[in-house]
Amino acid sequence: MWAMIVKEFRQLRRDRRTLAMMIVLPVVLLVVFGYAASFDVKTIPTVAVGPQAAAVAGALGEPFDVVKTEPAQGRDWAVQQLRDGNAAAAVVTGSGRPEVLIDGSQLFTARAAIAALSAKAAKAAVGGSASGQPATPAAAPKVTVLYNPDLTTADIMIPGLAGVVLVFIGTIITSLGVVRERQTGTMEQLAVMPLKPRDVFLGKIGPYFAVAALDLAVVVGVGVALFGVPFRGSYAVFGLGAILFLFVTLGIGILISSVSENQGQAIQLAMMITLPQVLLSGLIFPLSSIAVGVRWISYLLPLTYFNEISRGVMLRAEPIGPLWQPFVFLALLGLVVFTLASLRFRAYLAPAAPRRRAG
Amino acid sequence: MSAGTGHAATGGDGWWGTQDVSVRYGQRLALDHVWFRAEPGQVSAVVGGDGAGRTTLLRCLAGALAPSSGEVRRPAAPRIGYLSAGSGTYPDLSVSENLAFRATVYRLPPAQARERAAELLDRAGLTAAAGRLAGHLSGGMRQKLGVIAAMLHRPGLLVLDEPTTGVDPVSRADLWWLIARAAADGAAVVLATSYLDEAERAYDVLVLDAGAELASGTPEQIVAAMPGALRVSDQRPEGDAGRRAWRREGHWRVWDPDGTASCVQPDLQDAVTVATLARELAGTPAGGVRP
Repeated sequence: MWAMIVKEFRQLRRDRRTLAMMIVLPVVLLVVFGYAASFDVKTIPTVAVGPQAAAVAGALGEPFDVVKTEPAQGRDWAVQQLRDGNAAAAVVTGSGRPEVLIDGSQLFTARAAIAALSAKAAKAAVGGSASGQPATPAAAPKVTVLYNPDLTTADIMIPGLAGVVLVFIGTIITSLGVVRERQTGTMEQLAVMPLKPRDVFLGKIGPYFAVAALDLAVVVGVGVALFGVPFRGSYAVFGLGAILFLFVTLGIGILISSVSENQGQAIQLAMMITLPQVLLSGLIFPLSSIAVGVRWISYLLPLTYFNEISRGVMLRAEPIGPLWQPFVFLALLGLVVFTLASLRFRAYLAPAAPRRRAG
Repeated sequence: MSAGTGHAATGGDGWWGTQDVSVRYGQRLALDHVWFRAEPGQVSAVVGGDGAGRTTLLRCLAGALAPSSGEVRRPAAPRIGYLSAGSGTYPDLSVSENLAFRATVYRLPPAQARERAAELLDRAGLTAAAGRLAGHLSGGMRQKLGVIAAMLHRPGLLVLDEPTTGVDPVSRADLWWLIARAAADGAAVVLATSYLDEAERAYDVLVLDAGAELASGTPEQIVAAMPGALRVSDQRPEGDAGRRAWRREGHWRVWDPDGTASCVQPDLQDAVTVATLARELAGTPAGGVRP
């Protein structure tokens, strides 16, 4: 038995990656869950419009964070702010009862807003007369939840899930495909064949790209048909976002394969990269609830941006204009990852371009 | 050269090989100023122990590796056929799918590709296995598939890394027949092998040791160049001579560096063993200067 134990530890010591995973992963998960895994929403970006906007803004208090007060604007403008993701709640004042609009596509924020409003209303009803303060205009507002009026989880999850599917296909399957080629020794054959590195690269990822795109269509289609998830926005905007996102994930897959000796290692690494994406991208936990110290990681993850795009387009019919930020960041990520990936890939095939060739 | 793959395009004097090629992997010198020449229509063998640099030399020749210094003469990529160590075929594709992939990459016209594949499958005795997955073939069959895949497009330079390793004697004979046919068709064939009896069938041989040339020439030339003489003994000799003895066919062969006449006719295996011993006894450090 002793011999086995010694042998096993020796092997474990050589396999740095497994060792790292055994030691680092629990720590990382603990930190991530500790700081990130929170459904509590502490601030809700809010806009106030209408004649009493300023008064309302002053009276709202926690957790509402009034980012803009526009007495001259009306309900339409407020809706637009919600659609474009500039605010999660809006208070519309005017004649009669004020109306609070809540963005239902941000599930936990919406729930927090509704809870806060009813708490305030209850407090105002009980304590308002006792303290002699006048009831605030927000005391008994009419609450309207937009985009996801029933606050259905499926409506929120399926647009994000589409992204998760792409992460898995893109990252894991692509890295496996390339590593397999190296393991069977066929990569070396490809290197001496009359093929350009670019052809090999594109020929290798093209099929995965097509399969992933098909998968995306299936997930979205099933979501719409079976779960009644709305698709309110433009297919073209969604498609563009998906293509950019796919480029990033396929690129990551190739990068993983370039530092993996075998399929086991590739899967290990891919898991290490996909797991945080699922946890930190805002898919499950709202981004605003993630501690700032961990949140910067979220902004390095492509799924974060794809989530913004897919939820924005599918639920809120957000046009491309206000989505420029996720699009630009996805494109930048894509550029960086894809350049690195193609350079790494070329490095395998580079010896095929000898310094001098006779004949 | 048959089947218009453009032999003329490969140029005038048409030999392929390396000129003063060295390959460095970090600190380690894998090839040390190696000169090697492969002639069209001939089979050249590269032999040597494990880690001698055979695979490195072949990778340079095939274009899978750029040398650190020196020059490689090789035809353009479409005129090279290469079997890397292992079989270089896709285990999850069938035999005919593997060949079809090669045919497409090398742009063989479909009709010609089908005809050539059928002919090679037949020669290799793989016709019945055409629909089987390469990964499900026996080691010898997979090796044969690798060889016919490498020669499918009638390359001008055919580079085969250990085509016969791990192959049963019958399959090995089949493989040699295929290789000889490729050479007869005009290809310059370079193969690495660890079997010296096999190398003896080659037109010329390069013996590598620790990345450097130990001997080269036709098998006859290498044998003739053997210094000293051989004798046969029933026991391992005592003392210093014991370091110069090795077992072969139930007896001991002893090399006498100062001998003049051998009592057995040395063959390539003896000559290579002697060359290796001579280098060891001379105390030349591995990867150092050629003897």
